Amino acid sequence: MYTETQIVNNSDDELVVNVGPQHPATHGVLHLVITLQGETIKKVEPHLGYIHRSIEKMCESLTYRQFIYATSRMDYLSAHINNHACALTVEKGLQIEVPQRAQYIRVIMDELTRIASHELWWGAMAMDLGAFTPFFYAFREREMITEIMEETCGARLTMNYMVPGGVMTDLHPDFQKKVKAFIQLFRSKIDEYDELVTGNIIFQNRMKGVGYLSKEDAISYGCTGAVARASGVSCDIRKLYPYDVYDKVAFDEILETEGDSFARYMIRMREMKESIKMIEQLIDNIPEGDYQAKTKAVLKLPKGDFYTRVETARGELGVYIVSEGATTPYRIKFRSPGFSNLSALDQMARGGKLGDLMATMGTLDLVIPDIDR
Amino acid sequence: MTNEVIKELVSGPLPSATFDESGEWLTIQIDAAQWKQLATLLYNAPYHFDYLFCLTCVDWKTHFTTVYHLTSTCHRQAIVVKAKVDRNDPQIETVSDIWKTADFHEREVFDLFGVRFINHSDLRRLILTEDFEGYPLRKDFEDPVNMIKL
Repeated sequence: MYTETQIVNNSDDELVVNVGPQHPATHGVLHLVITLQGETIKKVEPHLGYIHRSIEKMCESLTYRQFIYATSRMDYLSAHINNHACALTVEKGLQIEVPQRAQYIRVIMDELTRIASHELWWGAMAMDLGAFTPFFYAFREREMITEIMEETCGARLTMNYMVPGGVMTDLHPDFQKKVKAFIQLFRSKIDEYDELVTGNIIFQNRMKGVGYLSKEDAISYGCTGAVARASGVSCDIRKLYPYDVYDKVAFDEILETEGDSFARYMIRMREMKESIKMIEQLIDNIPEGDYQAKTKAVLKLPKGDFYTRVETARGELGVYIVSEGATTPYRIKFRSPGFSNLSALDQMARGGKLGDLMATMGTLDLVIPDIDR
Repeated sequence: MTNEVIKELVSGPLPSATFDESGEWLTIQIDAAQWKQLATLLYNAPYHFDYLFCLTCVDWKTHFTTVYHLTSTCHRQAIVVKAKVDRNDPQIETVSDIWKTADFHEREVFDLFGVRFINHSDLRRLILTEDFEGYPLRKDFEDPVNMIKL
């Protein structure tokens, strides 16, 4: 935290501005210390940890069945996918074969989560630029997904549906019907989104050529997800290292090369269409059978370390478990996508205008609990 | 590039490095003092391990290990480097000049484990407050107020 003397007695006409911790555009408690010269940004320094709960330390005293629930509270918009990553790591350690039905359900759920997450991002992103209507449009359709989730998993946000060996319960009888109804509606709505925001000339002027990140920097900063793909880095884990039935569905990895805010925006808009394509291929072909493999009541991972990479809505999530053969992990590390993406913000914003910072930050799609953990 | 080739190329300049192939990826075990040399080696041709996707630390009560997960965006191969760090005087060379992502990750490890990264340009606490005492992810950390023992 900068003191008053440091702010005023700054040489070179520099001015220090604090954004946050409580600021509507940071979508959570994130504190940015920005050094300005006139309107131009000289430096952006993120201060984290306002909602640090030490999930990694907590997990050290939770069993392999329990710790999964803590991870829903990291990136709460990709709760399903976080749970999925943890379940996969435990399965990798115990060499559990997951039934086909569970694998199909998991992937469908992951993609529904991705659409819901991108919809919230799209609404909030437009709101950061001063447009309120898109937020209501996005929530209207997102509500359909949360209803499907509620019916199937019993929760709307922190689903905790994935367990080691499969999924917790079987699908709701209406699941397929409702998902199909959603897909049909969503196809027309996504064109509406494009008409409302993407093609808007004011919006494009705010986004194009702003917040540039080169391909080399994207790799060096460890950026993943839409942030890296907008700079032309091929990094979609679903494509490169497929897990569950991702190798059985046809989809394209979306890449753009401009590296600006608009490219990052377009990646997520096009990704939603890819997710729809994937769900359509799977929804009618869910095989019959068990939804959960038979596992022991108490899980013990063998000695060693296990690492899983999955693609969440924000990028690559890594779960690293070090096991000493006990019922609880010896050490757990969550490599969260938002943490690395945020570290590149300084590079993107430097030399730009203060007014563009929020637009740039919006395209990073930050979820603060994911960064602080 | 196969594991055999990597092993051969690494054991030339670093004869004391040991290898472990029992896990998913090839693991190279070294001492903290050798890390900078190995990092420079792995980053450059012919390996091109240009993407550091995870940097963390494990407290083994007798010593620390800093764990680096590296991958190459052109060869699509991953390796793991584990460097042994002295627990009484934990320090290791920074790699934030090679991989920029290490800047934040090293600050996190410093914050939660107390490992000092030599030559790091801005080594301050990242997540916890500046006046916080102790390093919470160490196994001997005790907090009478906030810690719940199960």
